[in-house]
Amino acid sequence: MVPLFIRCGLILLSFALLAGCNTVVLNPAGDIAAQQGNLIVVSTALMLLIIVPVIVLTIFFAWKYRQSNTAAKYDPDWDHSTKLELVIWGAPLLIIIVLGLITWITTHTLDPYRPLSRIDAERPLPADHKPLVIEVVALDWKWLFIYPEQGIATVNELATPVDTPIQFKITASTYMNSFYIPALAGQIYAMAGMETKLHAVLNKPGTYEGFSANFSGDGFSHMRFKYHGLSDADFESWVNDVKAQRDALDRPSYVALEKPSAREPVRRYGSVDPTLYHAILNRCVDEHATCMDKMMKHDHHRASGNNSVEHGDMEHHEHHE
Amino acid sequence: MFEDTSTTQLIFGRMSWESIPLHDPILLATFISVAIGGTAILALITRFNLWGTIWRDWITSIDHKKIGIMYIILGLVMLLRGFADALMMRAQQAIAFGDVAGYLPPHHYDQIFTAHGVIMIFFVAMPLVTGLMNYIVPLQIGARDVAFPFLNNFSFWMTTFGAGLTMVSLFVGEYARTGWLAYPPLSGILGSPGVGVDYYIWSLQIAGIGTLLSGVNLIVTIVKMRAPGMQMMKMPVFTWTALCTNVLIVAAFPVLTAVLAMLSMDRMLGTNFFTNDLGGNAMMYVNLIWIWGHPEVYILILPLFGVFSEVVSTYSGKRLFGYTSMVYATVVITILSYLVWLHHFFTMGSGASVNSFFGITTMIISIPTGAKIFNWLFTMYRGRIRFELPMMWTIAFMITFVIGGMTGVLLAVPPADFVLHNSLFLIAHFHNVIIGGVVFGFFAALNYWYPKAFGYKLDEYWGKWSFWCWVSGFYVAFMPLYVLGLMGVTRRMSHFEDPSLQIWFVIAAIGAVLILFGIIFLIVQLYVSFRRRHALRDVTGDPWNGRTLEWSTSSPPPVYNFAFTPRVHDNDTWADMKKQGYQRPRSGFTAIHMPKNTGAGFIIALLSTVVGFALIWHMWPLAILAFVATVAAIIIHTFNYERDYYIPAEEVIRTENARTAMLEQHV
Repeated sequence: MVPLFIRCGLILLSFALLAGCNTVVLNPAGDIAAQQGNLIVVSTALMLLIIVPVIVLTIFFAWKYRQSNTAAKYDPDWDHSTKLELVIWGAPLLIIIVLGLITWITTHTLDPYRPLSRIDAERPLPADHKPLVIEVVALDWKWLFIYPEQGIATVNELATPVDTPIQFKITASTYMNSFYIPALAGQIYAMAGMETKLHAVLNKPGTYEGFSANFSGDGFSHMRFKYHGLSDADFESWVNDVKAQRDALDRPSYVALEKPSAREPVRRYGSVDPTLYHAILNRCVDEHATCMDKMMKHDHHRASGNNSVEHGDMEHHEHHE
Repeated sequence: MFEDTSTTQLIFGRMSWESIPLHDPILLATFISVAIGGTAILALITRFNLWGTIWRDWITSIDHKKIGIMYIILGLVMLLRGFADALMMRAQQAIAFGDVAGYLPPHHYDQIFTAHGVIMIFFVAMPLVTGLMNYIVPLQIGARDVAFPFLNNFSFWMTTFGAGLTMVSLFVGEYARTGWLAYPPLSGILGSPGVGVDYYIWSLQIAGIGTLLSGVNLIVTIVKMRAPGMQMMKMPVFTWTALCTNVLIVAAFPVLTAVLAMLSMDRMLGTNFFTNDLGGNAMMYVNLIWIWGHPEVYILILPLFGVFSEVVSTYSGKRLFGYTSMVYATVVITILSYLVWLHHFFTMGSGASVNSFFGITTMIISIPTGAKIFNWLFTMYRGRIRFELPMMWTIAFMITFVIGGMTGVLLAVPPADFVLHNSLFLIAHFHNVIIGGVVFGFFAALNYWYPKAFGYKLDEYWGKWSFWCWVSGFYVAFMPLYVLGLMGVTRRMSHFEDPSLQIWFVIAAIGAVLILFGIIFLIVQLYVSFRRRHALRDVTGDPWNGRTLEWSTSSPPPVYNFAFTPRVHDNDTWADMKKQGYQRPRSGFTAIHMPKNTGAGFIIALLSTVVGFALIWHMWPLAILAFVATVAAIIIHTFNYERDYYIPAEEVIRTENARTAMLEQHV
């Protein structure tokens, strides 16, 4: 049975090696991802409380009750013990109760739709803070980032100031992708005709990897971008650099950009059509198409037969508030 | 060359000479070796004049034992294909860094990972599990066959032809490039206009019918055909897990059929269930496919939980600890498996409360699963453990599976899943439970029941080589993927930029090679055992001092399984009978009523497959013709009234006397 010990050793060794390599999921640069990484460690530790004894007991029983060990007690008809059964069901139950509680709480506090309440563990946010809004569109196969407040857009390049809460609004042109910057926060799907949201904050300046984490076809492997965490001043000068670009992202240039392509270089647009994101989300970039929100409003109007739609918020596919 | 006229288009649909991938050297080489190998096999069959016996004794057989064996052969053959895909992926990911593009372009790589997933789940794991249940369940409950023997044969051929259709896509056309669950909109007609997704849909639809019918069959068998005295709570645990699995199959597979039907309507008829526009919603597909997909996971693992229960109890020489809680744990898992599907897409934007609900239900499943592990543990406690191969696989399972279970619960915590979803951590997790659970369990079962099926034990020496290669190969191949997952590496990539990742992929590739040796040694083990079959002969029918009814009959069992239907007084029936000093009856044999072989199942399945093939290629006249022929064949079969026969008493006496003689010779 010695090889079993070797195997366990291998597992432990691999954990030891983790410290040596760049496990960004456990050592991220953003507060949300840090909390998610901590949760992994805490949950694992909690489960090891039961996993380690099981593995040890398996090896111990297998060794102790081997056939050649006639000194060990042999009790072929012993098949029930109420006390043991209670432990068998009770011990995992207790761990799951604790883990379930942790799950309920953290799922709510780390909900990507929930506006942030802190910059990091030490710095809470004032209730009336305004996050930086970035509209993200997963194209085939590149990322489009629109900064509505700054009036700029980029392809395959994202920059934000550190310690500033960010609100991502995420959609896609065709295929389902997943918007993921491991250093910043967990991922969320990007889907056409729908909008998902992600709130996050970056705490350390630097350049990080972002990519699609949901397979979306031929160009998927290179659907990656660099994410720059900048100081406020650097971010301002970055914005000004982009603004200085003469390229404008309007509907015709978007239609050209949207065509499937892989390994796209970084592009910067000094100005952007302010209605573009809404049109992408509602699948009406083509001037002749009816926007989905308009169509739904219309349908709702017809179905209810009155004018109550005026105050019925019909924003398409808001999963929850 | 076909001329581009409307007639050829009508007949051949989308097919043309370009559909044959002659331009791809990898496929061409595969095709040539398959053609040479296939011709050699066909030549050998002809040379030894085996066509008659293959048709009479196997293809048309409705004997649950032969069908069980054929399912397992199908599973093992497809394992070679699925594993070849795995090796190709590991090789690509180990070399494709920076300027090196690797040898597989995305177009080819994407088909390989799709085929790997589909084949391993539908055409390796499912046939292996179904084969085990088919072979063992009737023997364990003291029955002579399943409830609907013809249906059993038909189910097998539907599954096999479904697998065949997937294999055909290698050489005619292409396979899906969408991942094994073919999420729209990528799998829609705009994202995948070719035949790949249609191959995927129709091979699964055809195999799915087989699986569903086989599920109905086994449920009825278990519910209605148990030997007298075998109440539900006296059924062997393997039979219990088989019952739960088939309940899951019957409840889950129609969902798969429906969702794939809707996807094909989107593709062929222009409906908009899952499209981006006109009110379609891909999220509905994702929900529906996982409402099938999660129970599917338990369909695969539950029967193996049953196998481990049988093995631990037998080789510890002890009653199974906590039979009742084992049964309840199985039933609880069965029910809960329908309440967790959303954990496959926490990241699709559900609210925190919905995500928490599904996260917590998922964790709750770990409680009965944990109870099972403890039950096996305490079955070993105060036992006399014999470390034969099945027991070695079981212990490897217990240690490996708890690690996979732990990472599974970790993934069920939604905020943790947000960072691990779709990463290689996830890949490591499900291979950890599927290889550590289903595959290890299958090998335990294979070594355990092989002497029952073939009359001789499997060779231990090569079995141990295979064991150590598989087990160490698994750890070397998948532990690096856990690490890569924590490094933020996502799945289904055919090329990487970051050179620091490469070492981990190289280690994983070495692990895959170790597993390759595990498979080679398995084949060697089967071959050596066949050569040494006289030395390894099991004359008693009970080589392991077994505890359940299948060990009370001869190895291999006679066509009729039991000359007399056994009476059951205890849940370890055979152990109980042995303890009470059971004497095998030597006289009083009568004629036995048995079902008769028929070729109808093979023919109907073949015709259905032609329908599927014609629909894939839009060969409308052929599709209509084959459909009409299928319906006609079914109707004609209903007029076949010669469905049963009697094994004459003399033949039963002859068979039983031969066994008596053999038993006396070896006492």
